[in-house]
Amino acid sequence: MSLSPDPMPAPPLIGVLAMQGAFREHLRALASCGAEVRAIRDPADLAGLDGLVIPGGESTTMQILLERVGLMDALRDAVRRGLPTLGTCAGMILLARDVTDGREDHRGLEALDIVVQRNGYGRQVDSFEAELDVEGLDSRFPGVFIRAPVVLEAGSAEVLAEHEGRPVALRQGRIMALSFHPELSGDLRLHGEFLKLVRGMGKS
Amino acid sequence: MAESNGRSNVLKGGFKVKAGHAEMLKGGVIMDVVNAEHARIAEDAGACAVMALERVPADIRRDGGVARMSDPVLIRAIMAAVTIPVMAKCRIGHTVEAQVLQALGVDYIDESEVLTPADDENHIDKHAFTVPFVCGCRDLGEALRRIAEGAAMIRTKGEAGTGNIVEAKRHLSAVAAQMRHLVGLNRAEIVHEAKLIGAPLDLLRQVQELGRLPVVTFVAGGIATPADAAWMMQLGADGVFVGSGIFKSEDPARTAKAIVTATTYHDDPEKLADISAGLGEPMRGLEMAAIPREELLAGRGW
Repeated sequence: MSLSPDPMPAPPLIGVLAMQGAFREHLRALASCGAEVRAIRDPADLAGLDGLVIPGGESTTMQILLERVGLMDALRDAVRRGLPTLGTCAGMILLARDVTDGREDHRGLEALDIVVQRNGYGRQVDSFEAELDVEGLDSRFPGVFIRAPVVLEAGSAEVLAEHEGRPVALRQGRIMALSFHPELSGDLRLHGEFLKLVRGMGKS
Repeated sequence: MAESNGRSNVLKGGFKVKAGHAEMLKGGVIMDVVNAEHARIAEDAGACAVMALERVPADIRRDGGVARMSDPVLIRAIMAAVTIPVMAKCRIGHTVEAQVLQALGVDYIDESEVLTPADDENHIDKHAFTVPFVCGCRDLGEALRRIAEGAAMIRTKGEAGTGNIVEAKRHLSAVAAQMRHLVGLNRAEIVHEAKLIGAPLDLLRQVQELGRLPVVTFVAGGIATPADAAWMMQLGADGVFVGSGIFKSEDPARTAKAIVTATTYHDDPEKLADISAGLGEPMRGLEMAAIPREELLAGRGW
């Protein structure tokens, strides 16, 4: 039994889906924010997580691999049971209720009430950087958009940021989704916001 | 070239989104395809991108002659067939082939030694483009010269079209050994090192500080089995290019799938055993000593 009157709370354990894509950058960013981190490649890796990040990468590749190794159903259950989750770019596509311009034979996690258009901003030559006003941050956030999805319908999700009139950051319950890449920006504030959500300190 | 649209704070074609796109390909497999049917097989297998070219390297090697950029009809058909990124190859130094590929809207250009070089002195000024470029290297100096010209992604060359991993391993190890060597160098010694390996000093200093190349680094040239791919990943590659290894194997769809899965689970020998089982014959492959020196592709590019 600890005699310390005011023990430090244990750091939250955050899993980052590591099938393919920029998962290392998320692991590094979350560790810099004080979280314990774990790369997720098997259903057993989901045990004991306080939060989950679905990174950027190729959404088609991730979807195929998740189905192939039997991780898709386990992830769907975990997210639907309320595991706090952050999805960036491909991660947003995987979380969406519906996806247009993707492959018709694939089903994602269907955990967030939004409809997205895959590569909605165009191909790589249309990839861009833009400064964003994000709800809850006191100055602009550097948005890096790479073959990014466009949010066509925000459904019941709360819009946290827009770019040229379209939502680019959303939140619904304990799920956050961004169409850009905070892990490439060198700015840790949105990872910090996600950890607040994990700790139950986020704005409700 | 980076351009701002004037009316808002939007920047397109900056190095951040060029190099950032490669970050999204990491841990993945990029497969050579010559038509839409191949591209669909690659996508179904879980490739993170496809590389459009006229002939796979093993056929270029067999046929001889000048190898050039693919017909735009084929590239358009491949782009229409899949939702994953489409890369395409242009000849070393051939600025107009690259302009054509950019106009077609490909997602990445490979300025590649697998095609016949068009300029025996200069590579393309890649900073002048909005589309990002990947270039090959055999050592650190070559990698940094390409990055200085604007490459946003590097792949070690290996020896394309051989199905023999030995050169890929050699080039990946050479870059790693040269980076380890930088660790102990002081400010004067690194100037000398830059001269010795023909590397721009500012980039060499950056590598010394980072302990790695400043861009994503894939491996290419000779990968033919899931174990080949997993080995390259264990040695520190960010991902793999597979050319002839897929469509010259007995069962391309199964081989492609197995190489993708092996790349994700590269650290798990038990899974790799299952992944490698019963795939049929891999591509036949070539012993290096059987290739006449003047037919080696890796020596192209400078």
